[in-house]
Amino acid sequence: MTASARSQRSAARDYAPAVTGFGMLVAFLLLMELLVQTGLVNRFIVPPPSEIIASFGRVIVEEHVFSRFVLTLTECLTAGVMLTIFGVAGGVIMHRFQLLQQACETWVAAMASAPIVLMYPLFLVIFGRNSWTIIMMGFISALPPVILKTIEGISGTRRVLVNVGRSFNLTGQQQFWKILFPAALPNIFVGIRLGLIFALINIVGVEFLINYGGLGQLINDLAERYDLPGTYAAICFVILVSVLFFMTLEKIERWLRPID
Amino acid sequence: MPASSPAHADNAILVVDNITMRFDTSEGAVFAVDDVSFDVKPGEFLSVIGPSGCGKSTLFNVIGGLLGNYQGAVSVTGETISGPHKSIGMVFQEESTFPWRSVTDNVAFPLELIGMPKETRIERAKHFIGLVGLAGFENRYPGELSGGMRQRVSLARTLASEPKILLMDEPFAALDEQTRLLLGDKVLQIQQQLKQTTLLITHNITEAVQMSDRILVMTYRPGKVKRIVNIDLPRPRTSEIVSSEAFGRYVAQIWSDLREEASRGMRDEDAQALHHKGASA
Repeated sequence: MTASARSQRSAARDYAPAVTGFGMLVAFLLLMELLVQTGLVNRFIVPPPSEIIASFGRVIVEEHVFSRFVLTLTECLTAGVMLTIFGVAGGVIMHRFQLLQQACETWVAAMASAPIVLMYPLFLVIFGRNSWTIIMMGFISALPPVILKTIEGISGTRRVLVNVGRSFNLTGQQQFWKILFPAALPNIFVGIRLGLIFALINIVGVEFLINYGGLGQLINDLAERYDLPGTYAAICFVILVSVLFFMTLEKIERWLRPID
Repeated sequence: MPASSPAHADNAILVVDNITMRFDTSEGAVFAVDDVSFDVKPGEFLSVIGPSGCGKSTLFNVIGGLLGNYQGAVSVTGETISGPHKSIGMVFQEESTFPWRSVTDNVAFPLELIGMPKETRIERAKHFIGLVGLAGFENRYPGELSGGMRQRVSLARTLASEPKILLMDEPFAALDEQTRLLLGDKVLQIQQQLKQTTLLITHNITEAVQMSDRILVMTYRPGKVKRIVNIDLPRPRTSEIVSSEAFGRYVAQIWSDLREEASRGMRDEDAQALHHKGASA
């Protein structure tokens, strides 16, 4: 086999998952189109995908989707940065002080499953009807998984790696930054990913509930006008925010920890 | 009452003096090692061998400074130590490379800690990578290497800190016999090249005889020094020595010392298993 043929096969292997994923999405849309057009799925509940695609132009131009998209993205980014800083720091502090961990870990775990979104009236009173209410709701609801996975990551560091550090006479800070933290990174990133999912759901949900800015409000507006293709098109933009976040996060993770 | 400590060699680089380590368990006090004394001379290769449960790993942790609260003293070049010491470089039984660092960055780790400039430490790391026979793998990550290669990275990392004493705890225990013999050759070659004082903790008789100048045989729990055997095999040695008649005699001699201890250990473990079974029934 020639070198060029080998590199072609290798490139094909690299792109195969993306092509397969895209193909499955197209197949799903075609299936939905067929089901709606044949009347098996009610078009007043799910509009045909062709109508959703056709509504993109209208939603972009008439509904100022980009400014809303940027607002939701900025809110998610702010909440993401906050939850990374405070969540990881919280996890580290709780791991450092065993009593604190024993006292609070169950509460933090319970908080992860609590419907914090229902506390939005309280947040409205505290922060007012602005982006900070939305950001704080996203941040608070996303904090538990980051804290819990950080604790899990640090606690799960293999004993022998800690002993290697001790054998080299590392200080407490060196032990943390050079061994515990990098060893915990895969778990921390799992926590951040989960946190971002929680944050995005809550941010769009609160935008929807308090009818303030962003894609959530747009979905609310379009749904109230019974513009179903537009509503689904706006949901596609929410998915785009999520995709952008996860792609960025993956790049950061690869940069921090090239290989395991 | 501890036995009086034996006379240690004047030029000993490492002196282990009447070490006793006791663990308090729910079933009472357990003596992991009891009154163990020996010394290691500069450039010497000493192995500590004993059956499972004789306190070899406890001794490794005590000498490496990872365990405290023992009776007795450990001193390096006359200085009594009470924790990890820069003169002692440890190689662990378990795989201990940092998976997030490349081979070069793993080996350069101790040099980074002393603040050596990046270019110099990479050069030094490459030297030690070459020494353990991993040239060409500098940019690989541990996850891309075999178990034997990863142990060589750990060895190179420890050697890079230029310890006066290399302390190894069954570093090849998880490897197959052929890899173990070949890595033994590599360790011997490095030890002879660097005149590296080495203390190897092992339960493998072949490995101990292949590499050592002296072998300290330990009893089963509590671990005491049963005998110290001088290995008068010619140097430089390679794994080919395992087929020699003299090698076989040393292996037989040490096994006859160990067999009784290993049998005692097995009987003790069986009795404990029966006791636990009886208690839980």
